Amino acid sequence: MDDLLADFLTETNEGLLALDAALVRLERAPQGAATLSEVFRIVHTIKGTCGFLGLTRLERVAHAAENVLGRYRDGTLPVTQGGISLILAALDAIRGIVAGLEATGQEPAGEDAPLIARLDAEAEGQAPPAALAPPSAPSPAAAPEPDPVPAAPGGASPPQTIRVSVEVLEDLMMLVSELVLTRNQLLQLARAREDSAFAVPLQRLSHITTDLQEGVMKTRMQPIGHAWAKLPRLVRDLGLELGKKIALEMRGAETELDRQVLELIKDPLTHMVRNSGDHGLERPEERLLAGKPETGRITLDARHEGGHIVIEIGDDGRGLNAERIRQKVLAQGLATEAELAGMSEREIHRFIFRPGFSTAAAVTAVSGRGVGMDVVKTNMERIGGTIDIRSREGRGTSFVIKIPLTLAIVSALIVEAGGERFAIPQIGVVELVRVGSEGAAQIEHIKDAPVLRLRDRLLPLVDLAGLLRLRPAAGAGSGFVVVTQVGAHVLGIIVDRVFDTEEIVVKPVAPILRHVTMFGGNTILGDGSVIMILDPNGIARATGLGADAAEAEAEREAVPQAGATSEAGTALLLFRAGDATPKAVPLGLVARLEDVEAGRIEQVGGRPLVQYRGRLMPLLPLSGHWDPALAPPRQPVLVFGDGERSMGVMVDEILDVVEARLTIDPAGERPGYLGSAVVAGRVTELLDTAWWLREAGEDWFGGAARTGSGRRVLLVEDSAFFRNLVVPALSAAGYAVTAVPDAAEALRLRDGGQGFDAILSDITMPGMDGFAFARALRQEGPWRDLPLIALTSRGAPEDIERGRSAGFTDYVAKFDRAALLESLAQCLAAPVLA
Amino acid sequence: MHQDMAAVAGGLAAARPGRGPAAADEAFLTLVVAGQLCGVPVLAVRDVLGSQAITRIPLAPPEVAGSLNLRGRIVTAIDLRRRLGLPPREEGTAMSVVVEREDELYSLLADSVGEVLPLPARDRAPNPPTLDPLWQGVARGVHRLGEKLLILLDVEQVLAIGA
Repeated sequence: MDDLLADFLTETNEGLLALDAALVRLERAPQGAATLSEVFRIVHTIKGTCGFLGLTRLERVAHAAENVLGRYRDGTLPVTQGGISLILAALDAIRGIVAGLEATGQEPAGEDAPLIARLDAEAEGQAPPAALAPPSAPSPAAAPEPDPVPAAPGGASPPQTIRVSVEVLEDLMMLVSELVLTRNQLLQLARAREDSAFAVPLQRLSHITTDLQEGVMKTRMQPIGHAWAKLPRLVRDLGLELGKKIALEMRGAETELDRQVLELIKDPLTHMVRNSGDHGLERPEERLLAGKPETGRITLDARHEGGHIVIEIGDDGRGLNAERIRQKVLAQGLATEAELAGMSEREIHRFIFRPGFSTAAAVTAVSGRGVGMDVVKTNMERIGGTIDIRSREGRGTSFVIKIPLTLAIVSALIVEAGGERFAIPQIGVVELVRVGSEGAAQIEHIKDAPVLRLRDRLLPLVDLAGLLRLRPAAGAGSGFVVVTQVGAHVLGIIVDRVFDTEEIVVKPVAPILRHVTMFGGNTILGDGSVIMILDPNGIARATGLGADAAEAEAEREAVPQAGATSEAGTALLLFRAGDATPKAVPLGLVARLEDVEAGRIEQVGGRPLVQYRGRLMPLLPLSGHWDPALAPPRQPVLVFGDGERSMGVMVDEILDVVEARLTIDPAGERPGYLGSAVVAGRVTELLDTAWWLREAGEDWFGGAARTGSGRRVLLVEDSAFFRNLVVPALSAAGYAVTAVPDAAEALRLRDGGQGFDAILSDITMPGMDGFAFARALRQEGPWRDLPLIALTSRGAPEDIERGRSAGFTDYVAKFDRAALLESLAQCLAAPVLA
Repeated sequence: MHQDMAAVAGGLAAARPGRGPAAADEAFLTLVVAGQLCGVPVLAVRDVLGSQAITRIPLAPPEVAGSLNLRGRIVTAIDLRRRLGLPPREEGTAMSVVVEREDELYSLLADSVGEVLPLPARDRAPNPPTLDPLWQGVARGVHRLGEKLLILLDVEQVLAIGA
């Protein structure tokens, strides 16, 4: 039985119950206008709904009854006992049909003509046919006796659903929470006494409580499909109205979310789908001209993603016209020409979320949406969500909505820092590392920034007590690092103690605390105490790490694109070497930091070396030359490594680790440096790692690493910084590299007849992004079958999946030179073998 | 909440006989904050609790003492001494007067909670213009109670922290 019918039956059964009572009241007080209206309204509703559902038999009976009631209500026919009996008979007939519907999902067969005839006769004020009880019949119970409805097969089954007020559910929820707490207390008590006879029944109580809790939770969750149910119809009507052909695709309709959130997003979603159809999609003839299929497509896609629901509403229409938006922005004085000139296209697109930028006229008529997008954005933000836009002119527009699951049970790790306990959702926790105690890893400090060497990686750390401005624990020194994954970043959170994991119910924090973004909510633990739930995203933001891809992009857009801008922020290691100008290198490139005793440094052929992990590691003095006599007793060394080889760069002093967006000015370029950038308020030189690696020795990249043998590789990367990192690394490995700043340029090369053996592409780029680029390549043209490697800092599994489905052959992290070379070699080798 | 309302409701019932038919006089729960007698409308009060385990909330506004568990609901505790710019409590435990605002529960921490008094609106004096500006914001007027002065607290304003 479909949902619609089930809802109808539930509603109709409720209506019928109310009708029985109302009709009896009406009989007693035939002039009760209010009762009459109520009866009329209920019957009218039943009739209306069954017409909609195509239940013809039900509709005819209800319609005949409604006619009679209509005349009663209008006062053109006196209410008689006989009339009421007739209506009751009609209700019984309806009830019979409804029972049949419940049992079989279809209207049972039956003959209603005599009943309808009698109802019609009553409506026309004629004397009732003889078959009926006389109007003065003393007992109305006699009336329904001519039951025209055959008993439904299987009899009346109970309704499939009942409607319960949300309040009742909320109360239940609260009681269950209480029960859970009490249960937990009992368990704690029982644990203390071993011989307890309560142990077994308590265990059962515990299980039942858990099941009950889950059951009650479930009652609040609804599939998002409920909010979509009306959309196919809406899109169909919209298509007819606008003369467009529209196909609606819905994916992930079963994704569940809290009903409260569902209610709140229903209208915005409808609005956005309407917008997509109205303003996003072109007319069929325009689409054909643009070389697209006649039928436009609107897609709705919902999925769970790390405690959030992500809903994507996309179309393959004309996309936003940045030029039009720009003009409107200027006309409305929302930004100056100079400001606009410095903005990326996406930044300009985002103007449609500005209040006052709505009202169709200027924007929607020509280029895109605008109707009330500010309202949509406000609504989303009110429930703690975000909305982002991606649009390509001529290709379509999609809106990405991310909303939190306000009410969800999550498994959380309970930790202590600064004497207070906090919960960290397990979902983001990658691992736990014990630090500080004997034999365990040690936290090191680079200036004031704590870091941890974890499997040859430098993990940036944040001290939770410090971040929350709590007093550090007295016995500081030993503790734990909770390694958490936040978007593409991995971050270690230093805590004093780690307790259990516990299933918790996330409750939103009070409005007066909403500004504290470090907390994702609060909850009550088994011992009855309140505990704050940490939001790793908030912590990452507070520490300056990019929170998630979308937000990192948004931040990036806020930076005028004067020079080459690296994607999101990059963790940089700042150090001093040679002169006073601070120098920087991406932290991700540095394998380890070492303090080498001066005595251990040897010289071979004038080059300093150190025995390191059983091998000789060349050391490069960044200041140009190295004089053992002037060397400090302990020499700070940045270790760059690649599998078995490693190279050390000697620096004077390690200053800090900072998160910075790089705008590199190549003007100050000199050998060994990529250029300079302003980092932490100071002009800082960026180390050209590849150059120094070459300096380390001719054979450093020799041998097996020289796999390229002149193969031609195209690199598509918007950031000059990364181009400068990747090109030398590839050239050194023997590839002939051509680098272009964007996908459009790459496509121009293709259309110009250039040939390559493999293509490396960034994912996040202004204009056409990596996914779109991959799709464009795979669709047609001479480059269709070339190996295509995504080069990205986004390494989440879903990104990789997305990359593969867009047509990428492989997915490699930006800094991972070894992996890149290997991937290239593999991709290039495969076709030869095949 | 019903059982816990009983204590307050009992006090309320005792106060009710004094209520005239005009009903212009509201009943107020009296509380003491650093020696200052204050009153909150008894109808706004959901619960009165003794000393509670309060979880501190880092980075919260200073007026927020923390949060506590009231039968499965999380209640945000506001320290009235801090809210009113009074010196912190040195000894003894605080009483919680639980009020509701926009479906959220808040607990106002006071040194002690007294009786429920009907206070006719006609006896109310406006805030003296010389009153501390902070207090001007949260007080709805002053009543003379024998020797003492009672400040009527505007719960809405008391909870308007950081707004």
